[in-house]
Amino acid sequence: MIALLKRDLALALRSGGGFGLSLAFFLIVVMFVPFGVGPETSILSKIAPGILWIGALLSCLLSLDRIFQLDFEDGSLDLLATSPLPLEGIVAMKATAHWLTTGLPLTLAAPFLGFLLNLPGPAYLWIFLSLLVGTPALSFLGTFGAAITVGLKRGGLLLSLLVLPLYIPTLIFGAQSVTLVADGLDNTTAFLVLAAVSLLTFALIPFVAARALKVNLR
Amino acid sequence: MSLWEYANPNRFMRLTDKVLPYLVVVTALFMGVGLFWGFFLTPDDYKQGSTVKIIFLHVPAAMMAINIWVMMLVTSLVWLIRRHHVSALAAKAAAPIGITMTLIALFTGAIWGQPMWGTYWAWDPRLTSFMILFVFYLGYIALWAAIEDPDTAGDLTSILCLVGSVFALLSRYAVNFWNQGLHQGASLSLDKEEHVDSAFSTPLYVCIIGFVLFFITLVLLRTRTEIRLRRASALLARERQG
Repeated sequence: MIALLKRDLALALRSGGGFGLSLAFFLIVVMFVPFGVGPETSILSKIAPGILWIGALLSCLLSLDRIFQLDFEDGSLDLLATSPLPLEGIVAMKATAHWLTTGLPLTLAAPFLGFLLNLPGPAYLWIFLSLLVGTPALSFLGTFGAAITVGLKRGGLLLSLLVLPLYIPTLIFGAQSVTLVADGLDNTTAFLVLAAVSLLTFALIPFVAARALKVNLR
Repeated sequence: MSLWEYANPNRFMRLTDKVLPYLVVVTALFMGVGLFWGFFLTPDDYKQGSTVKIIFLHVPAAMMAINIWVMMLVTSLVWLIRRHHVSALAAKAAAPIGITMTLIALFTGAIWGQPMWGTYWAWDPRLTSFMILFVFYLGYIALWAAIEDPDTAGDLTSILCLVGSVFALLSRYAVNFWNQGLHQGASLSLDKEEHVDSAFSTPLYVCIIGFVLFFITLVLLRTRTEIRLRRASALLARERQG
């Protein structure tokens, strides 16, 4: 499983694109918001947590169709499926690799992009923490969407339609755990439920995604 | 004699062939009586005026929108566990009816909300959850449309329905946490005292029964159509081979 993780990481880093692309997309989304709503810092700092969360979520979406598509096309997914590794483990590793190459960089970049949006002081720590806890759920749910659409010719758009509704709880609790702190309120509940949603996806998604992959490889 | 025997498409077709004509008549009776009673024979509310009468469309449609998803969840489980084709096709047939019910609930709510709340739309938890339910239906229907092989489509949409149910429920609670509500509580309940006067609730019950029957009629009709479509495509495939 570790070897598979290393292979996926190496592929993601060397094939170019995936890694830097979602970061660049994140930067552009964040940069476009002031263009859209105007440069008043009071408005920007009020909507900053939501913008950062939505930006991270959309950037995460960009690289989802790569999770299985290339392996499916060149046949290595069939090999992986017939290997002694359980398919659930393969799915979990794929999701982890996706998180390490998209979710983690986005998390690290978010506090810096927070400067651009005039994020209020105590929110810096929490945008980092909430993304750190929440983005793995985005990767796991995305892996499920990718597993369902892997056999389709033009799965990209459908993938977004399937995955985005599943992101709603993560987005709400993630953005709330930052906004509440920015407004000077207690965010323990929001943050703990966000962590609970992530843990739920770790427990649930590998099994259902593996089932969907089995159907698609049949 | 077990319920599962009707999972056989032939038996299902024979049974529904006999039942459907009666069902159509009963449905028309309940819908007609309920809606006519509701629209023309109930008094105007002292505060809401005649706008209160939209309840006879709004409440049954909203109930059906949720219950149809639950029905899809059950039939999806039956397909995944027992591999009865009729079950998968019934889920497929139910989805467009469910999305229509969601839309009816949203639209009638908006029409009622404008004079009463002063706005067509508010980001209230109930309204937002229905918007979310609408998106879940959209994804489900789009997935059915995108996959050619019917068995694969049945499997994948069923899995999506299971996962979607979990996350739709989660979203419901997330939305409650996120915003306080404008929408009034449940109109009808089994254990609490009624909020709605019996002058309104009795025709409302008739309407709800009418909507349930209407849904059953439609879903049987649409499932029959799906079965015939499957047979036609099987015949075509055989002809191409032969």
